[in-house]
Amino acid sequence: MNADVQGRALAILNRMAQADWPDRLNLRKPFEKLIYTGSRASFRLAADRAQKGGLRTPRKPDPDALFDLFLSDEQQMLVDMLASFASEVLRPAAHDADANAAIPAELLNQAQDLGLTFYGVNEVHGGMAGERTTVSNALMAEALAKGDMSLAAGLLVPLSAANCIRRWGSAEQQQRWLPAFVGESSAPVMAIAVNEPDALFDPLKLATKAKRRGKHYHLSGEKCLVLRGLDASHLIIAAQAENGPALFIVEAGSKGLQRLPEPGMGLKAGATARVKLKGVKVAADQRLNAEHFNYQSFLDHAALAWCALAIGTGQAALEYVTTYCNERVAFGEPISHRQGVAFMVADIAIELDAMRMLTWRACARAEQGLPFHREAYLARLLCAEKAMKIGTDAVQLLGGHGFTKEHPAERWYRDLRAVAIMAGGLQL
Amino acid sequence: MNLETPKKFAGLKHQAHQVAANYFRPISRKYDKAEHAYPKELDLLAALLDGMNAGSPDAIGATSASKRGAAKSLEEGVKNGGNLSALLGVMELCWGDVGLLLAMPRQGLGNAAIAAVANDEQLQRFSGTWAAMAITEPGTGSDSAAIRTTARKDGDHYVLNGEKIFVTSGERADSVVVWATLDKALGRAAIKSFVVEHGTPGMSVTRLEKKLGIKASDTASISFSDCRVPAANLLGNPEVDVQKGFAGVMETFDNTRPLVAGMAIGVAKASLDRTRELLKDTFRFDYAKPLLAVNHAEATLYRLEAEWEAARLLTLKAAWMADNKQPNSKEASIAKAKAGRVANEVTLKCVELAGALGYGEDELLEKWARDSKILDIFEGTQQIQLLIVARRLLGKSSSELK
Ligand SMILES: Cc1cc2nc3c(=O)[nH]c(=O)nc-3n(C[C@H](O)[C@H](O)[C@H](O)COP(=O)(O)OP(=O)(O)OC[C@H]3O[C@@H](n4cnc5c(N)ncnc54)[C@H](O)[C@@H]3O)c2cc1C
Repeated sequence: MNADVQGRALAILNRMAQADWPDRLNLRKPFEKLIYTGSRASFRLAADRAQKGGLRTPRKPDPDALFDLFLSDEQQMLVDMLASFASEVLRPAAHDADANAAIPAELLNQAQDLGLTFYGVNEVHGGMAGERTTVSNALMAEALAKGDMSLAAGLLVPLSAANCIRRWGSAEQQQRWLPAFVGESSAPVMAIAVNEPDALFDPLKLATKAKRRGKHYHLSGEKCLVLRGLDASHLIIAAQAENGPALFIVEAGSKGLQRLPEPGMGLKAGATARVKLKGVKVAADQRLNAEHFNYQSFLDHAALAWCALAIGTGQAALEYVTTYCNERVAFGEPISHRQGVAFMVADIAIELDAMRMLTWRACARAEQGLPFHREAYLARLLCAEKAMKIGTDAVQLLGGHGFTKEHPAERWYRDLRAVAIMAGGLQL
Repeated sequence: MNLETPKKFAGLKHQAHQVAANYFRPISRKYDKAEHAYPKELDLLAALLDGMNAGSPDAIGATSASKRGAAKSLEEGVKNGGNLSALLGVMELCWGDVGLLLAMPRQGLGNAAIAAVANDEQLQRFSGTWAAMAITEPGTGSDSAAIRTTARKDGDHYVLNGEKIFVTSGERADSVVVWATLDKALGRAAIKSFVVEHGTPGMSVTRLEKKLGIKASDTASISFSDCRVPAANLLGNPEVDVQKGFAGVMETFDNTRPLVAGMAIGVAKASLDRTRELLKDTFRFDYAKPLLAVNHAEATLYRLEAEWEAARLLTLKAAWMADNKQPNSKEASIAKAKAGRVANEVTLKCVELAGALGYGEDELLEKWARDSKILDIFEGTQQIQLLIVARRLLGKSSSELK
């Protein structure tokens, strides 16, 4: 059994103890509670596993499990904690981060203090990720996105990379790369690059190629809209290899690799980048090669992350328009007294919950080890369509004011357009 | 968190599906044609169901959807009980035929009302009855607080006067749960429901509707003229409580709306399944390519499937909340709104996708597209559900958001 889990929780707590911002923002208590129970839950898991003998016991879905939408205590606390972080820290920073197309340095430090990456690294490598993490990760993404979608996306890049390496890397690769994500200094930024600059891009038909030459691969192609592609130390690049699509960890400074800013309609704070690869030499052991590597499943875990971000952003929009429509008066009464307005609000709530149900189901299946490709496909489809509708309706409900930067609706509108477009980038 | 249907309901689902496939489907078209003919095949089936339900806690049918069921079990933790099992049964049965389900003896919405608001003595007395539900009147439907049927206390009886329309199974059922007002001046708080047995003097069925769909289910007009009903047949509290009188009656809907949503899920699934069957050699349905890269018809089916799944899960959620004693009016209305509109869209689109085949009477697709429409109308129309949801979200009263 791994007895270090509690020590690890203490280490994060210590880091938080030294920071002063949690006190300023009244976040100390919820965070301490979270760490305490988080470590307790991990303890329990580790003990369970030790009993069953070994870490790699395949998860068995529980056929007797009841239909259950309750969050676990740990999940609830995680959500509460990140919700306050989102409303106290992310939302106030969102406007400027969008305008400056960057995550403020202070925010990066605060996020580091939160220890998000611990949830992506398993216990043997110093983290706190238990067996079932997909739903919790989705809840985290949703909670953060309620503050701001592009800040949330940017902040989730290191956790996503950790998830990616934990899930798709071999034992040696995990040993080599994962400890850095839970070390003393900031977690490394490894940006996941899948999208390519083609209309009707299909992530299963990658134009980026990886040619095997002895102990190396040579990567050539072009990747676009890479979240945090510019400040990343490494890129996790999807490329077509001799035997199918594969993921490669590539140093950002490699010869033949060029990075350019690629601002888009939204996701500004995520500082999206274009990455060009010309015969970039990558050691063969930097191809993620877990035995069960499954590119489709990798894509699905990414799609679900975008779904979760869309849900959080949609929730923010719902709450914002609810308040606004009650306060705004036209023709002698609050505009919310008109069905043309009120029904739009109701529809946002209905479709938002629809998105949430599909996404949660796909995530719950994924973490139970059940097939979930169909569910992820349908969740993405629904989220892509409904999220954009929520984005455009939120602007509409605010009228001309919604069109200006005085309100976040226009930013949500731009950010939510990305949900249908992003492949990869993140990983629950 | 788990959103899969638990194994303990597998038997029930399977049974209901067998009934739908082997009992409902073969007579589906017959009773679509023979409107107003009683599907006598249902008697045997109803007896069978009564037997099954008596022997199992997870009963199929409207009566098991009630907060009472949830209240009985005292164990801690998450519960999957009567509301979920009733819903799962209804979904499967309506995959067979919505009209036939609505025509099933002893499974009327009146039974759900009795199950939800009757006192113990009444539960006992009315057990085994087949009860229809009569709220709607010629002058009012959605605005159920505006009903004009009156109930005047006279000794040990109430005397009912008024006109009810659109009563599902109003002629075939043993009794009708009638909404009437004790005092029009007191508004909604004075509305009470009464169990009126067929054969009570002063009650008469005046008309049966001819309809677009669900023709196996009868829709009756019933008039009441000085109809004397025993006072003990008033469901719930006879006092006029201005605070919560109406709320009590409306609570029934929190339990029945997910069931109507479940009917929508069932019929929509029938259309989706059949359409995919017809197109199985045309498309792969492997969820492999991005939506924009597949054929438009295939993409349409994916989209409908996603909408259907969402409606299904929202409906399960509403029923699950009832099982776990969480207030669920908003979620029940969300489920009904989503499932109602999705089922209507799905069934109509499937006719279009199947083309002439879908439109012709050789297939049941055109029938399902007619049947589905009512599910977005009764138990509260689409617009009424949106009103309920919007009022909750915005914190508005019915006089502010009308
Ligand atoms: C086959 C069938 C079976 C039925 N079974 C039963 C039964 O068993 N028992 C029973 O009591 N009733 C039953 N009904 C009646 C059904 O519940 C009503 O028809 C329904 O509630 C709508 O009422 P209405 O027809 O009077 O329409 P109206 O209330 O007149 O509504 C007409 C239109 O206006 C809209 N509307 C109304 N008010 C508003 C508002 N405030 N804001 C926005 N839009 C609004 C409605 O959504 C609808 O689109 C049945 C009806 C049918 C057709």
